[in-house]
Amino acid sequence: MATQQRPRETPVVTGIGVVAPTGLSIEEHWQAVLAGKSGIVPLDERCGPDYQVRLGGLVPGFDATAHLPGRLLPQTDRWTHLALYAAAQALDDAGVRPQDLPEYEMAVVTSSSSGGTEFGQREMQRLYSEGPSWVSAYQSIAWFYAATTGQISIRYGMRGPCDVLCCEQAGGLDAIGQARRLLRDGTRLVVTGGTDAAFSPYSLVAQLTNGQISRAERAEEAYLPFDERASGYLPGEGGAILVTEAAGTARARDAGDGYGAILGYAAGFDRSRHGRPPVLARVLRRALDDARCRAEQVDVVFADAVADPVQDRVEAEAITEVFGPRGVPVTAPKTLTGRLYGGGAALDVAGALMAMRDGVVPHVAAPVRMAPDYDIDLVLGEPRQRAVRTAVVIARGHGGFTAALVLGARAPEHG
Amino acid sequence: MRTFTLDDFRSAMRSTAGVDEQVDLDGDIADVELAALGYDSLAVLEAANHISRTWQVPIPDEVVLDLATPAAVVDFVGQQLERQRLSAAEA
Repeated sequence: MATQQRPRETPVVTGIGVVAPTGLSIEEHWQAVLAGKSGIVPLDERCGPDYQVRLGGLVPGFDATAHLPGRLLPQTDRWTHLALYAAAQALDDAGVRPQDLPEYEMAVVTSSSSGGTEFGQREMQRLYSEGPSWVSAYQSIAWFYAATTGQISIRYGMRGPCDVLCCEQAGGLDAIGQARRLLRDGTRLVVTGGTDAAFSPYSLVAQLTNGQISRAERAEEAYLPFDERASGYLPGEGGAILVTEAAGTARARDAGDGYGAILGYAAGFDRSRHGRPPVLARVLRRALDDARCRAEQVDVVFADAVADPVQDRVEAEAITEVFGPRGVPVTAPKTLTGRLYGGGAALDVAGALMAMRDGVVPHVAAPVRMAPDYDIDLVLGEPRQRAVRTAVVIARGHGGFTAALVLGARAPEHG
Repeated sequence: MRTFTLDDFRSAMRSTAGVDEQVDLDGDIADVELAALGYDSLAVLEAANHISRTWQVPIPDEVVLDLATPAAVVDFVGQQLERQRLSAAEA
């Protein structure tokens, strides 16, 4: 039995910043999602020689020098640039001035899957081709997973309990789950979410080992989740940064419940190779229990949708087991961006909050012919108009990470 | 004769650690603390590495952290260059 949760402590999302292949703001991203406008492009020279991955979701037209202080640029990897840009948007969107708040009552919890591999690769090349004195002193602080959390914390003077979660594509939800713990323990504001930018040859090669990346050459056929032809996903870069506060805090400064409330969260870990059943259905039930929400109250599921035949089956069966045959609309806007790893689930959460705001479930904007034995209500063809009061986001990371988040349009009045 | 000037220091900082938006690096900075110019110890280390490579003078790590102002950097590099000239003349 979960501890009785005081309603004032339910976390709400009061600010959203997005930097994605589909756009450099939440509105631009969301309009692209509803229009089915893809951010998938042919990979460029930054991605190195021919690794037989032809396509990916690259963030277009992002000029870090236009958005970030000159001192920060040489110290940080692209993945941190993207996060700093999105964090500035999110704080501005939330109407928060960090300099007016007590520094130890603000925290940063981000998700990262690859860290600063582009920066790290450049410095490794200098090490081996020129020698140790050519390696940037900033390598020491740029590459590692917590660098983004640290730079956001330093930039805004957020000195509360900061963390980074490294759980591949599940990390975005796990970061929000950790932000929720901190808010319940009394932290006033947590900047959370995540980004990734893993397109240097070194990062790309590391990803190839999972055997799940699509080698397709035509964008329309490259990433087809739940399709009978599913043959892998496309990688992408970017993500979303969110400002979260306890509902009581947000209401006290007239921010209401912001974009919506984080009602429930659960995580698990798959070790299916050891003969145990996949944990996803159990994680979904635990997240719903945590949210005190019945499966039939859920209006949409944002699926993880990895487009691997085995993993798609696990996910489709878990959704059917928990929500019933075709019991809830299921969507996956990520075919337009690729999988953003540390940034992916946070972007899905942003999308789910937009679905609530606008009363519309975005469609899977890919020519998916769903495998006939999947019994899920996959939203295809066009967005579906319907009130969205409760949304579930699923995120699964390579290696077994599994997480689910339940979002509500409002924080409960009574615990 | 090679000399290391304040402008060489400025160009080293620009190409390595970058410039804080609030700082006028072209101003009268010779005796301003590096920290006040927005440069922390990593920034100074990064710049010292660069200067050491391009001017081919040793700047030991233990010295770097004692260099508190641009003038101190200019003086130290100048001394190192002078020392090299003297030992080249002796040889």
